[in-house]
Amino acid sequence: MKKFKLECEVNGKKVKVEIDSSLRLLDFIRDVLGLKGTKEGCGEGECGACMVLMDGRAVNSCLVMAVQAHQKRIVTIEGIHKHKYGAQLQESFVKEAAVQCGFCTPGFIIAAQEILSKNPKATLDEIKEGLAGNLCRCTGYENIFRAIDKARRKK
Amino acid sequence: MKNKFFSFIGKPVERVDATAKVRGEAFYGDDLIFPGMVYARAVRNPRPRIEIKKISDKKAREITGYLGVVTYKDIKGVNAWPVVMKDYPFLPEKEARFHSETVALAVAETLSAAKKAASLIEISYKELPFIDDPLKALEKNSLKIYGKDNIFSSYTIKKGNAIKALKECDFVVEGEFKTNYQVHCYLETQTATAVPEKDGSLTVYSSTQCPFYVLDAVSAATGLPNNRIKVIQTVTGGGFGGKEDVPALVASHAAICAMKFERPVRLAYDRKEDFMSMSKRHPSWAKVSYGADKNGKLKACVVDYVLDGGAYSTLSPIVLWRGAVHAAGPYKIENVFIEAKAVATNKVPCGAYRGFGQPQICFAQESLIDDLADKIGMDPIEFRLKNILKTKDETATGQKLDSSCGIKELIEIVRDRSKWIKNTPTSIGDKKRALGFSCTYYGVGLGAGGRYLDRAGAFVNIYKDGSVKVDVGNTEMGQGALTVLSQIAAETLNASMENIRISEVDTSKVPDSGPTVASRTTLMSGNAIIEACAPLRERIFLTAADMLKTSGQKMFAYGGYFYFKDRKVSFSEVIRECWGRRLKMSEQGWYVAPKTSFQKENGQGDAYVIYSYSADVADVEVDVKTGEVQVKKIYAAYDVGRLINPKLAQAQGHGGILQGMGWALYENLVIKNGIMLNPNFTDYVLPISTDAPEYDISFKEKLYKYGPYKAKGMGEVPLIGVAPAIRNAIKKACKAKINSAPMTPEIVLEKIGEEI
Repeated sequence: MKKFKLECEVNGKKVKVEIDSSLRLLDFIRDVLGLKGTKEGCGEGECGACMVLMDGRAVNSCLVMAVQAHQKRIVTIEGIHKHKYGAQLQESFVKEAAVQCGFCTPGFIIAAQEILSKNPKATLDEIKEGLAGNLCRCTGYENIFRAIDKARRKK
Repeated sequence: MKNKFFSFIGKPVERVDATAKVRGEAFYGDDLIFPGMVYARAVRNPRPRIEIKKISDKKAREITGYLGVVTYKDIKGVNAWPVVMKDYPFLPEKEARFHSETVALAVAETLSAAKKAASLIEISYKELPFIDDPLKALEKNSLKIYGKDNIFSSYTIKKGNAIKALKECDFVVEGEFKTNYQVHCYLETQTATAVPEKDGSLTVYSSTQCPFYVLDAVSAATGLPNNRIKVIQTVTGGGFGGKEDVPALVASHAAICAMKFERPVRLAYDRKEDFMSMSKRHPSWAKVSYGADKNGKLKACVVDYVLDGGAYSTLSPIVLWRGAVHAAGPYKIENVFIEAKAVATNKVPCGAYRGFGQPQICFAQESLIDDLADKIGMDPIEFRLKNILKTKDETATGQKLDSSCGIKELIEIVRDRSKWIKNTPTSIGDKKRALGFSCTYYGVGLGAGGRYLDRAGAFVNIYKDGSVKVDVGNTEMGQGALTVLSQIAAETLNASMENIRISEVDTSKVPDSGPTVASRTTLMSGNAIIEACAPLRERIFLTAADMLKTSGQKMFAYGGYFYFKDRKVSFSEVIRECWGRRLKMSEQGWYVAPKTSFQKENGQGDAYVIYSYSADVADVEVDVKTGEVQVKKIYAAYDVGRLINPKLAQAQGHGGILQGMGWALYENLVIKNGIMLNPNFTDYVLPISTDAPEYDISFKEKLYKYGPYKAKGMGEVPLIGVAPAIRNAIKKACKAKINSAPMTPEIVLEKIGEEI
């Protein structure tokens, strides 16, 4: 298997490690770095449970190869609280009962972070549109919309 | 004692597990790492039905890290999974009966090696004829794959003489209805890890609703007694019924592998495997007739109900029973005749899915009731109000209803909130908009169908520092059980929420409490906690009164503190004093559901201990050019007894409604010639954020005397009536009467075409 010297920043820390070049970003985060907050829901980029930020953009880490993260900044659910909106989103997801089984939650918070950082005045419709790549089977989405809208107002 | 106010019951307390979940600190099945852990991967039946000749791993042996193959020969216990009946072998010996059934398992040091090895293990087989249509399976000359008639189970419910009464009715309607599969699509796929311990025992980590089902199955498969197996439920990423029975199969496979190689074994399904081999909501077929007299009084109901059970019986018998009991709908009808059958086909076995056999028949029955109102010329809500079950009325099984029956009020609530009176279809261009109605009831708990399992235990242990550990046997799968049960414990002990800790189930700490299904957890585990807390409460309150130098009568207890005049002591201070007095600070509770009298012979008697109720109005817009249906708003009202946590109850409403909507409109699993064609999130369409309707949810708290703080059950009622409400709205909007679900644009267009 081909090796690759990956250098990137994960949750604000420099990472320098030799990896198999066939590794997905998701496996790198979960298995190499041991950050288990990022989840695999489908492995096909349909559910958004594995979303992380790559240079500020929300990506499905199951569809991105780890080598593509070279020289990039990655933020996972474990590091999101350090970012504008991050901690606020976490708090309002709890307060608004936007969490049920919780498996999709990290992906939703990452997606919400991208929506709000790109568009701090996002309307409810823009929030809904922005979440179209994330599946939740528990909540009916309503409380997730409310939580994101609340986090937006608070910042 | 003065205590008029609840501290926690009825309050929108925050979820106790949410903070860990938003931080990515909740550990699900596949997040756990064990030293020396290896991976198993299923080798699956490539055809709908085969005779297995030989299984060869010759090519797999070339793979680095490959440890070996596991087949039925490695089963140390009995090769029959104990569910209701025992027709499903853990691993097939001679015959595999549905496409993708696990035939063997490959085990390897890494997941990628296990996957590779599994793909190289060869099954030599002879293809056998198969049957994939349940109605054909019922024909006299059909291929027989189960018993003499392909019938797993059948029920008859008979009251009065429905056939005769129907003939005498002034108005009669008859309809044939079909519904398709629904896939649970919990975001976390099936995952289990079996860890052999040094003392020869086994610890099993399972993503499950039913840890005791896992215990029974692993015990049967391994031959180990119950007391040498510990099942620990991992944080569970959704269930909806899909983690009722089948996690036991997945965990048993992991356990068989772990015993063979004496290593911890992880078996985690990918999404495609999960789709193809795990349980589903049964496809259904129903022929229903209703008759009413000239005054609009319902007189007779005749139902023929068939469920497509798939290749093994699993939970079909009890899913069928629940459907049959509720099949006449929540109405007062003197003459009822219901026949129900669950049929074998060579397809993926179907089982539990939120509503448990009831949404299918509710779709048929609530659609047809609406059509009957049309025929009589009555408003559909007015017609239902005329016939709806009230306190002291009898259900189809002759069960006299308890005072906790609020369905009439629910109907009035959604009627008023939706401004139903003005339900005249509106139209802008190609878009036609109207309201549709449905109402339903749901027997809480297992009822007579599972009476031997309807009990639950709880263990409450209060430590010296005032922290309290509560062990229960029912699970959190996302619905909020840990929070609601913590509220019940905190309220009963007058502790604060922070004092209470309940975690996922460990079968070695609490007695078998039955499954976490049938909206029974609040009722069963809640009552078990109250049982355990009652004697502790007495000791704590007496000690507190002593400390405050008063009697229990004059003391005021609220929110973790005890008050008398200007003095107060905290729960933790009282507990320290209790320990100082050497009082017993741990207790076990055991709750047994009240008796049910239903008899299988005549289908009469009390079927469930109590019912929850719902009413829905769907505000729907149909694009008559494309057939697309958009649900604008759902008005729903629920009677689930006392709300322990209104915020979480409302959240259950949102989620149930959207799942019901997905089943009604989008979710369309296709199995052709025994092979599933769309086992993924790309081709099996789930509702996404932009599909979510506006929700308008109300509650009517009709208290249930035997419920914990007079609560009933919440989990399932929100889903059940959504599909027929949408169907009835489509009918009102554009006259298209659709008698099948999902109501995809193609079907809507076709029906609109028929009407023109």
